[in-house]
Amino acid sequence: MTLNLFDSKGTPVAKQRFSWRELTPKPISKLDDDAFTRVRVILMNGVESDAVRLQYAMQRFNRELRLPIAEIMRAEHHQQTMINWLLSPDHSPLEITIGYEQVAIEVTSSVAQNEPDPYLAQVYRFGLLEDFDHLYRYAALMDRLEGKDANNILQGYTDIIPGRPTSIQHRHPEDDLRDPYGPDSDPLSKIHAALITAAEYQTHEYYMHYGPWFADPVARQLYAEIASVEAQHVTQYSSLINPDDDGLTQLLMHEAMEVYTYWSCMEQEDNPRIKAIWERFFDYELGHFHTVAELYKKTLRKDPQALFPKAFDRRIEFKSHRDFVAQVLQEEVHLRARGPRFIEDKDAEGERTIEYRETLNADGIPSDAASAGYQWYPGTELARKVVNL
Amino acid sequence: MAKSTQMGMNRTGAQMAPENVKQMQQDASQLMQLQDTQVQVGSEFDAIEMRLKEIAETDRVGSVPLPGTVKGAVKAGMQKMMGRNAEVFIDKLGERLAYERTGVRLYEALIVKCRGAAQEGRFNVSIDQLLHIHDEEARHFKLLTEAMTKLGADPTAMTPCADVVGVQSIGILQVLTDPRTSIPQCLNAMLTVELADNAAWELLIQLAQDMGQDDLAEQFEGALAAEEEHLAIVKQMLQDAVQAEAG
Repeated sequence: MTLNLFDSKGTPVAKQRFSWRELTPKPISKLDDDAFTRVRVILMNGVESDAVRLQYAMQRFNRELRLPIAEIMRAEHHQQTMINWLLSPDHSPLEITIGYEQVAIEVTSSVAQNEPDPYLAQVYRFGLLEDFDHLYRYAALMDRLEGKDANNILQGYTDIIPGRPTSIQHRHPEDDLRDPYGPDSDPLSKIHAALITAAEYQTHEYYMHYGPWFADPVARQLYAEIASVEAQHVTQYSSLINPDDDGLTQLLMHEAMEVYTYWSCMEQEDNPRIKAIWERFFDYELGHFHTVAELYKKTLRKDPQALFPKAFDRRIEFKSHRDFVAQVLQEEVHLRARGPRFIEDKDAEGERTIEYRETLNADGIPSDAASAGYQWYPGTELARKVVNL
Repeated sequence: MAKSTQMGMNRTGAQMAPENVKQMQQDASQLMQLQDTQVQVGSEFDAIEMRLKEIAETDRVGSVPLPGTVKGAVKAGMQKMMGRNAEVFIDKLGERLAYERTGVRLYEALIVKCRGAAQEGRFNVSIDQLLHIHDEEARHFKLLTEAMTKLGADPTAMTPCADVVGVQSIGILQVLTDPRTSIPQCLNAMLTVELADNAAWELLIQLAQDMGQDDLAEQFEGALAAEEEHLAIVKQMLQDAVQAEAG
């Protein structure tokens, strides 16, 4: 299957309507739905929230575009509502967090493997090992705080082992900015950057929102620590987007990314009710894409088709990327960042990063405390410990 | 001994802002009459109707997992339950397993709290007694793991009832892990846990007998006896702590 953005015009924006009932559908089952259905729900919520974020910003800077953007944004907002309300209320904030990290690991793994540009692929692999470590820290917290097994959420698709330790992920912003793609980069590279930026942004926001909800001091500090790394990741991934592209070009690419991501979701969804949502929103996004393409053509007097010279033939693979992650872990866990580059020598980090990290870690490291000596075991570490009782 | 309950500038009550509250009452009776606010239309039954509609159309939180192996399905214990709804028993076993496992972590949180308070000389709760309960909760978790394994069920799965007690436990966990809560407040939360736990073991014993699992019922009797002791201990600790505070 391939995706050509110009094959269909999708649903016109004016026909993208909802009732309150539709916006709050029956949620998925935490226990019975496949983990990748939850992964897609979380991912698409992130994608839609980022669409709204970008459009809000654009509305502030473009007098002529205010109404057409506001119209699209209202639809995106309602799409986000319908998607986010699919998460059932028996998910605790920590369980949702485990889901968020599974999204980060499995989706970034797929993107890293599909990415045509070797440097950008390296950036994704670098970030992947950091989110991989976050999963381990949160899983330990869940086990030791709530007595729950993170694998009830992960369903055996994603390993629970340390990656690049969270404690050393803290870097000065100058070591988080990466080189952006250029105007002639592969469209898939542009879509990937918009997609992973969106995913990381929502993760950052979720941790910022739920960190203070926890009563436990270790949990509160762990969320603060990992939220800080997610802020770095937003810096990293959003810096991949060409800053010389004007807002409309970036918005067009974002809409293309949304079409592409819904396409990937609907192709692989096994829950028919949820699949119907992905199919509906795929058509909605085509409607947004073509509306923005017209604005692009009219405002910039450029041909939007020139940005997408060929059909997309690689989709996001919603499956376990265990072998890929294990390989990256073995080969690249030692890497550090120095400016936009990655370095082999872990003692060659920049002075500002070292100072930044030492300051943050001066009074103790929550991610270490939350997981000291932790090893995942089916049914929680207590299942291993009680054997000798 | 510093008190954990004391008088202070609590601002939540109406009596703390008498003038504003008087104005609010006036506004409530006058501004509510404005036609455009539409508040006089309907009643609280409107929301009840919405809830009833959702209840009628909802799905359940999830299912009891099938035995992971064919071997599991033909185990002797499972055979005995043929003709009965074995999944109800498996679901409740999964619930108790999750409850006891979380119970271990709750007692760990309480022990940490009590150690902190003891260091400051505020409360003198017996850590040894709490450790004793903690260890027994862990043993009960083990007992239930073995019971589920024996029946061919998966003790690592989250059954629907396990999921729901997880939701129930969130509030308790928040109370126990909040550094600001006092020992009596934590013991009060644990009293809820132990009261529910006692009743749940009684039900599980009955269910085991109904399912022809007499050997399990016998082992569960032992667990219930331990839980009765836990309840008595927590109740006494709470009483002592509150009375000590009351002076």
